[in-house]
Amino acid sequence: MFKNGIWGENPVFRLALSLCPAVAVTTTVKNGLLMGVSVLFVLVMVNITISLLKPFIHPKARFPIFMFTIATWVTVIDLILSAYARGVYAEIGLYIQLIVTYAIVFSRAELVASKHKVIPSAIDGLSMGIGFTFALVLISFIREILGKGAIFGIPFAESSPFLLMLLPAGGFFIVGLLMALLNWIDIRFLGKTPISGGGH
Amino acid sequence: MAVAKKGHELIVSVSPHIKSEESVSKIMWTVNLALLPAFIMGVYFFGPMAAYTVLLCIISCVAFEAITQKLLNKKITINDGSAFLTGLLLGMNLPPSLPFYMPIVGSFMAIVITKQLFGGLGYNIFNPALIGRAVLFLSWTRAMTTWHEPTAGFIGLDAVTTATPLGILKHEGLGKLIEEFGTRIDLYIALFTGRVGGSIGETSAIAILIGGIFLMHRGYISWHIPVSFIGTTAVLAWIFGGLPGGHGGLFTGDPIVHILSGGLLLGAFFMATDYVTSPEVKTGQLIFGAGCGVLTMVIRLAGGPPEGVMFAILLMNCFSPLIDRSLKTQVFGSIKQ
Repeated sequence: MFKNGIWGENPVFRLALSLCPAVAVTTTVKNGLLMGVSVLFVLVMVNITISLLKPFIHPKARFPIFMFTIATWVTVIDLILSAYARGVYAEIGLYIQLIVTYAIVFSRAELVASKHKVIPSAIDGLSMGIGFTFALVLISFIREILGKGAIFGIPFAESSPFLLMLLPAGGFFIVGLLMALLNWIDIRFLGKTPISGGGH
Repeated sequence: MAVAKKGHELIVSVSPHIKSEESVSKIMWTVNLALLPAFIMGVYFFGPMAAYTVLLCIISCVAFEAITQKLLNKKITINDGSAFLTGLLLGMNLPPSLPFYMPIVGSFMAIVITKQLFGGLGYNIFNPALIGRAVLFLSWTRAMTTWHEPTAGFIGLDAVTTATPLGILKHEGLGKLIEEFGTRIDLYIALFTGRVGGSIGETSAIAILIGGIFLMHRGYISWHIPVSFIGTTAVLAWIFGGLPGGHGGLFTGDPIVHILSGGLLLGAFFMATDYVTSPEVKTGQLIFGAGCGVLTMVIRLAGGPPEGVMFAILLMNCFSPLIDRSLKTQVFGSIKQ
């Protein structure tokens, strides 16, 4: 179950959920990592909360309650970041608040947390969060090298960077090529048949 | 059971029964041949660096085609000339000298991303060569807009940078442009032969016209797209061309300068007419060309960059399936839905 979120059902590369932040904030590894960790935090806390509350949630009212729970934990991480990481928050703050709308958080609450006990839900949130962070760091690592000529913020190239990679179009190219690469590894080395992604 | 003698079998097949001698590879190589005059003029004016840039594009396009088809377990079809044509068109749309990695990146975007990943020849939505150029233009705008003074001869590698006629027209006006070349007739002659700054293959109007008319004569392209594209551009240039800069007014623009300069002729004859990315219906082709013309003039007169043919064609590529669908005639005998 733990490996599921990182490879088999990686939120970005396999489920094709939450592509908006995967493209929008991944221009530097620092931004990508912070975004990933924020989503990781929200995923784990939301899954725990929903799992604990599930006896009290009426099935017909569950969507609004999920929304409120997610919004609560997003507010928490939003306030923490604006207090302790002002520099990065200025760049990606808008997308932190938008975690409320990320389909990956909502779908884990609906699919896992509302049906499982607390510990498995927390592990699922952790797994999905690590998978998401891994995807964002990988995308932003490639984009930072190609677009800014830098690794972890340290510039290595004098020449003009490949600007397109910093634009949203370049982000989509990288996400698409990485999806293809992962499918190729699956088919070639792990002997699996490819699954088609969902997406929203 | 009687076995028919060889050559006397009854062949049952679906239509079409009569097949033409034309094939994809024959058409592609003919288009390559039609681009030869413009390529020669480009090398003549801009020197060996131009030939080097174009060859680099062709080699990397063909190589990427082969590598991608090999990785995707497809049949390798580099002999059909389509990757060669993409490379040639991409190279002719670039400034004469670029760092070596830019043509390679452009070829990668053109062949791998735009063409092969969308399904290969016949399935791409956008013109591959233009996507390659657009990526380079957006990524390395300065290198992609550093134009060289045409030297007419193999003088050396030290080229003098200059502005394109459209750049001068946009920033300093028609009066300044005529002043640069002497008289208005001198300007027309320079534009017609190609002795102006610009991309390798776009400057020489006469060479492109020779290639374009050759293709029309062979029936490989129809007149609809080039005529409506160039015609719309000319009419709009005449009506609105005098407006920017505050001089003149309506109906004072110079359509001939707008037709002969920039990538209009190359785009209208060789890139807007791409079979894959333009409408099939003749009326649709007229609409497609007119749309390209309107967008070109909007960008030239009111947009940021001085030239707009590339973005105009790419934007109209998006619309060509829609144009085709909305003009599709009813199949004979079918019932209206």
